Amino acid sequence: MNYQYNIGCSLSNLKGIREFVRHSLKHEGVPEIEMSAIVLALDEMCSNLMIHAHHCNPDHLLELHIEIPKKGKLIFEIIDDGSVFNINDFHEPELDNLIHQKRKGGLGIRLVKAIMDNVEYLRRDDKNVCRLTKEIKS
Amino acid sequence: MVHIKRIQEEGADIIAVIGEIDASSSIELDLAIARSVGEGFRKILIDCTALEYISSAGLGVFMSYIEELRDKNIPLVLFGMKEKVANTFSILGLADLLHIRQNKEEAKSLANELSV
Repeated sequence: MNYQYNIGCSLSNLKGIREFVRHSLKHEGVPEIEMSAIVLALDEMCSNLMIHAHHCNPDHLLELHIEIPKKGKLIFEIIDDGSVFNINDFHEPELDNLIHQKRKGGLGIRLVKAIMDNVEYLRRDDKNVCRLTKEIKS
Repeated sequence: MVHIKRIQEEGADIIAVIGEIDASSSIELDLAIARSVGEGFRKILIDCTALEYISSAGLGVFMSYIEELRDKNIPLVLFGMKEKVANTFSILGLADLLHIRQNKEEAKSLANELSV
């Protein structure tokens, strides 16, 4: 199965992203705790791109694709043509540093990496593709 | 969308967070805690019983207050989290950094202990 959702880079659209992910996966038998974590990871990835690569410009679009090649195998792609925001280039800040610096960011990357099996970046048709994969063990 | 309600019980400011906190709404939580501190409350409880979702933006708000509240000796205790919300805290290991209890009574009791 394949699903696609196009969204403008406004943080007010994050709720729509969460609903789209949940709706697309509803027949996949994903346990609720894992479903919530997956929805969270997509929210984090999209909000990072909206903020850091697109400065929340609602005229800029993200394409979110969900591909389910076989039962339990989930592939998410977020496609955009902004500047590349590669979370693998970022070192997650230590929690102690976050507390000390009173930084409100930096936790999202840690969440995405903890939840997803793999996060990779590629270029396709002159666009950036961020691909997240997750296997659901039955 | 998030709604925030504040009520006061036995000297504690109880901030009820209702709905979803993401990058678009975390500022509401931040403002509510800032107001509570600004108004001089010595104990802050966060009622999460109607919190359906929290992303890192909301977690970051709690993290950003840890040091200030510790310095001011103001305990902040969260309670009533649903399992899916609690899971987000535990993925990051925040359950050890923040004070989290099952229900309001336990949260009040911990806040009282910590504020002595």
